[in-house]
Amino acid sequence: MQSKRKIRILIAKPGLDSHDRGAKIVARALRDAGMEVIYTGLRQTPEQIVETALQEDVDVIGLSILSGAHKTLFPRIMELVKQKGLTDVMVFAGGIIPEEDIPEMKKLGIKEIFGPGTPTETIVQFVFEHIPKRT
Amino acid sequence: MTKIEEIVQGVLNGDRRSIARAITIIENNTAETQKLIASIYPHTGKAHIIGITGPGGSGKSTLIEKIIRKYRQKGKTVGVIAVDPTSPFTGGAFLGDRIRMQELSTDQGVFIRSMATRNYMGGIAKATKDAVKVLDATGKDIIIVETVGAGQSEVEIIKVAQTIVVICAPGLGDEIQAIKAGMMEIADIFVVNKADRENADKALMDIQAMLQLNNKEKAWKTPILKTAALTGKGVLQLVEKIEEHKHFLEKELERKRSREKAEAELTEAIKEKVATSIIEDLKREGKFEEFLQKILEKEMDPASAAEKLLNERFRKQV
Ligand SMILES: Nc1nc2c(ncn2[C@@H]2O[C@H](COP(=O)(O)OP(=O)(O)OP(=O)(O)O)[C@@H](O)[C@H]2O)c(=O)[nH]1
Ligand SMILES: [Mg+2]
Repeated sequence: MQSKRKIRILIAKPGLDSHDRGAKIVARALRDAGMEVIYTGLRQTPEQIVETALQEDVDVIGLSILSGAHKTLFPRIMELVKQKGLTDVMVFAGGIIPEEDIPEMKKLGIKEIFGPGTPTETIVQFVFEHIPKRT
Repeated sequence: MTKIEEIVQGVLNGDRRSIARAITIIENNTAETQKLIASIYPHTGKAHIIGITGPGGSGKSTLIEKIIRKYRQKGKTVGVIAVDPTSPFTGGAFLGDRIRMQELSTDQGVFIRSMATRNYMGGIAKATKDAVKVLDATGKDIIIVETVGAGQSEVEIIKVAQTIVVICAPGLGDEIQAIKAGMMEIADIFVVNKADRENADKALMDIQAMLQLNNKEKAWKTPILKTAALTGKGVLQLVEKIEEHKHFLEKELERKRSREKAEAELTEAIKEKVATSIIEDLKREGKFEEFLQKILEKEMDPASAAEKLLNERFRKQV
């Protein structure tokens, strides 16, 4: 019998970024911390990301974005998260997001936003501290 | 309704969130798991389950994506369970098979789930089998299970499938090793992927020679096919072979059922004839009447009378 619940986390790359080095580094750090990391690869639409989160029944979604399209993509993703009833999923983001946009993004329901160069330990610890409870 | 009943109802109605939750319950192996499986079990047995295995990087996920598209063109719904290993050191896992299938993630006729092997008490084979049951109960026509063909435990997982496809590819350096690990014995269909590569034909010939030996005593002769998963070349033929194997299994099952039926009928007919002939003899000899009287006078019960009669009769014959 499994004593502790396994944490499942989706690392997704919305938008048209052409590389995913950062996302992969974070994914690896989370795996090494004992989580099951589902990775989508590049160029995911909001629909693909949220559908994947649903099918994989993840506890957490981590969004990685460099392209600057967060202002259109993040609201759509959060809208779909609500629409599909994934209310007990924690969403955080990382990448290049200007300081002045952060409050707006958080208002959408994105729990935290990590800038480039954030140590992976910081992200891992944040995730551990914000695992949503499940009924 | 309890939470489990609600999830089961959702699975039967094809609700995707319920399907996902049901598989999580199976993965977490809690007190509820057995209840869930018991409720789902009566609704299973309709899907065709295909196992796809082979060395890491041989192109399993890429090929599965192409196979799904073929089945979708035929109007079939498809479920996928992609199994990847859990690190024994950290307990974590990187589940990356879906990368090759993401375009299909929004297709409502497709459900893809990644599973880590974890350190299950009942073995990953059981958890996979049960996850397949969920997809079966929800009405998926085709269920595909992907595993890396590396060791004994993987061979066990893939046994949940009715049709097992073993893939290898040139240039991995382990074409022959895959065969050594017992993969050749379990293959219903053998595929050499990455046929676009130059040494594909050599791999094909090597394996063909070994297959011939293996095929000698088998009713189903494992065929070997070439595919190029990136372009989709050979995938149609592969799907046709899978269907052919499915029909083979159905015919086998039919044959087995016919045999069982004939056996039961023959047994019944012999019983009837033997009993009639013995009774006739006993009547002729007057024994039947003699014991009948004993029963009527309550000296004996019918079962003991029959036993005594038959004992006497067969001792006499020896
Ligand atoms: N040249 C060529 N490359 C291919 C073909 N099929 C797959 N590949 C490539 O081979 C690599 C591995 O493909 P996957 O589909 O991930 O292989 P896999 O067997 O699922 O790998 P694991 O799940 O890691 O064991 C990818 O880079 C594919 O693009 C093919 O037919 N030809
Ligand atoms: Mg794969």
